[in-house]
Amino acid sequence: MQDQNKFNYIIQQADNCLILGQRLAEWCGHGPVLEQDIAMTNISLDLIGQARLLYQYASEIQEEGKTEDDLAYLRDAWDFKNVLLVEQPNGDFGKTIFRQFLYDTFSCFFYEELMKSTDERLASIAAKSHKETLYHMKWSGDWVIRLGDGTEESHNRIQQSVNELWSYKDEIISINSVDQEAEKAGYGVSLELIKNKRNEKIKAVLEEATLSTPESDYAHKGGKEGTHSEYLGYILADLQFLQRAYPGNQW
Amino acid sequence: MNKNWPLWEVFIRSKAGLNHKHVGSLHAADAEMAIQNARDVYTRRNEGVSIWVVESKHITASDPEDADQMYEPAKDKVYRHPTFYNLPDELKHM
Repeated sequence: MQDQNKFNYIIQQADNCLILGQRLAEWCGHGPVLEQDIAMTNISLDLIGQARLLYQYASEIQEEGKTEDDLAYLRDAWDFKNVLLVEQPNGDFGKTIFRQFLYDTFSCFFYEELMKSTDERLASIAAKSHKETLYHMKWSGDWVIRLGDGTEESHNRIQQSVNELWSYKDEIISINSVDQEAEKAGYGVSLELIKNKRNEKIKAVLEEATLSTPESDYAHKGGKEGTHSEYLGYILADLQFLQRAYPGNQW
Repeated sequence: MNKNWPLWEVFIRSKAGLNHKHVGSLHAADAEMAIQNARDVYTRRNEGVSIWVVESKHITASDPEDADQMYEPAKDKVYRHPTFYNLPDELKHM
């Protein structure tokens, strides 16, 4: 292992991408209209693409002769360091949209900062991913506004999702020892900086969407340390089944 | 009440300098959503650098019933093609 903390730092974000990509992929063929079905699966593929770039780099740092596939398919739930937000169930279209919006408002500003990383490889992955997340944030933000400022039913339903997901909003900008060390070493970002930009964006969109902001700031945590909700096991069962049942199988 | 979103026609410019070409149609609630949907549906395999959308109801089409009087008369007028000139050898790409 070249650098244990850098490996952990990369895995945190790679796992966010993979698990949310898998969640969005569950919509494939079930979207409310054909155009949005494709929009969601496009975003899913973007996220899985980002996960691949990060896992590839992480596996090189790991120096154990493993590949991106080993990291995605052969780790157990407690090895995954994604936040609880991205493993939450899809719910209705509005809930998927708001979960996506909470994630996009993180990832967009995260990659924007990561482009300045002292690690060139991370900076270049960030530059590519940032363009994708700009579109994701535009897409999910527009939909929050459309649904919030839409019909009475769409307003009530997405407000319900805002209330349900609010306590999953802040884990992603909570700072653990891995983040601290990464920022100190120069290859990581300042989550404090991202937090402010993100909160402003969320506030502006909720206002335009005529949605109310829940008062509680309570945040569920644990994902970044490998303590997950009951959902992750099921997600991994779907995601990893083939490689677990038929080890080494290829296309 | 019609619950379907209106239909839009989509035109994509594949590279700078080329013209926009009709590629298909899609449903969207308004022009902004139509552009986003067109981006997701019609440019995901690197097909374009610019998108036009226009609501299908704004397109006026010729009547197929009039095809004989509209298009038949042009068929036997080969002299309208500039193919009767003798071009000098130095002139390429004509």
